[in-house]
Amino acid sequence: MAYEGTTFPPETTSEVGAPDEPRQGRERAGARDAAVEQTAEDTGSIAVNNLNFYYGKFQALHDISMHIPARQVTAFIGPSGCGKSTLLRTFNRIYQLYPEQTATGEIRLGGKNVLDRKQDLNLLRARVGMVFQKPTPFPMSIYDNIAFGVRLYERLRRRDMDERVEWALRKAALWDEVNDILKQNGTMLSGGQQQRLCIARAVAVRPSVLLLDEPASALDPISTLKIEELIEELRDDYTIVIVTHNMQQAARVSDNTAFMYLGKLIEYADTDTIFTTPSEKRTEDYITGRYG
Amino acid sequence: MDKSDFSQHISQQYNEDLQDILSGVMAMGGLVEEQLSDAVSALVDGDSQLGEKVVTSDAKVNDAEVALDEACTHVLARRQPAASDLRLIIAVIKTINDLERIGDEAERVGRMGLHLMEADRGKVPMEDIRNLGNLVRDMVHGALDAFARMDPEQAVRVAQRDIQADSTYDAITHELLRRMMEDSSIVPRIMDVIWSCRALERIGDRARNICEYVVYFVKGTDVRHTSFEHMAQEATGDGH
Repeated sequence: MAYEGTTFPPETTSEVGAPDEPRQGRERAGARDAAVEQTAEDTGSIAVNNLNFYYGKFQALHDISMHIPARQVTAFIGPSGCGKSTLLRTFNRIYQLYPEQTATGEIRLGGKNVLDRKQDLNLLRARVGMVFQKPTPFPMSIYDNIAFGVRLYERLRRRDMDERVEWALRKAALWDEVNDILKQNGTMLSGGQQQRLCIARAVAVRPSVLLLDEPASALDPISTLKIEELIEELRDDYTIVIVTHNMQQAARVSDNTAFMYLGKLIEYADTDTIFTTPSEKRTEDYITGRYG
Repeated sequence: MDKSDFSQHISQQYNEDLQDILSGVMAMGGLVEEQLSDAVSALVDGDSQLGEKVVTSDAKVNDAEVALDEACTHVLARRQPAASDLRLIIAVIKTINDLERIGDEAERVGRMGLHLMEADRGKVPMEDIRNLGNLVRDMVHGALDAFARMDPEQAVRVAQRDIQADSTYDAITHELLRRMMEDSSIVPRIMDVIWSCRALERIGDRARNICEYVVYFVKGTDVRHTSFEHMAQEATGDGH
């Protein structure tokens, strides 16, 4: 299926259960207009076409097709094992660390297919940053945590590197808390600060997409709110995709929400629609805590 | 969507909270319907005992509204309802507000009934006023029934009766104005009757509001300030 790249929601597979036209026209106007505004040069959007994913012989994703708009927050929700993290992990091909895991189909980002064998993985991962559930600071100084990734892709003079580190820490709303302790070990920070350090590290290489896999699930409520506030600020510059078990978090931070179940994309719409008038009963049952 | 949908949450306590709220709305609606029937009898038949009862029962309606508001706040704060659960809570909050105002209007009619002299009763078209009262009482009953059954099509049928309520009200006021012009000595009393009829007409509007909330809560579509045709279209469309 050729992907047009100008509509939202996209042409859907039979699993997606798109609402009828009048609902789309009225309730999805915001997201769709935003998608239409994208230009051909806009490389932050992700177009997933007929994506299948396998852990060995087990098929974990079934024919996923969706369009993730640039500079918006898109949340993946669904019960454990539904494939939401698996889907996220295809966007930067981090699954390739495990040889038995394979993906077929197409994921278009910046005019290229991410799944193409010729795709340079280092460049891809600079372009598509990822933050995990558990904060993963490197055992080195706060400064070096940021500079380490930048050095892999760019040769910067000391002063430029200093500026980049400050810029990234400011982006991650951490600068004011660490600017006088940049030489301290990153692992000495609190959990919430460590997670923001990881976000700063991802942002420092100037990606266009940020993948957040349960970024706040190991954090206390205040640190969680800081991460959510940060997502709100980053949405203007990055395409953000977040996987979360916390439905209220998805409702709070995202513009679009995709509900997945048993490896299939059940429903994908703007977040207001998903949380007030979902089309699919399975979505409704999940977000309202009913027996499915 | 039907009532059983609200007993299928994994949390049994959540099921019970929602069922209690639904039962509470119906109980409050029953009180208001009774209040309205009594108010119409007090006005049309001059039954002063019923007039007194209407005035005193308003406190019960107010208490019911406060208790249901609190129960809805509790669910919002503790459960963060979504989708149909959220729409139910929103619809309940709005419905009980309209029910409370219907109670206020009924109280106003009941008070007018207490003040109207027997001699003046012959000077107004009481049977027409009784018909208007019965019509809007039926509308309130029908709206609550549609709410209880979660039946948007019934809600549309009930809402459409507001056209009849409006035209009946117009006809009565026209007649009362004519009578005032014929005999200026009865103007103060007739004005009281006009205010009572106005209160009944407003009750019809509020019953219609409740019907609109039923469509919203069952179908997820806001049909306020739209035509009956649009309301009917949404009510019969594919539901959530």
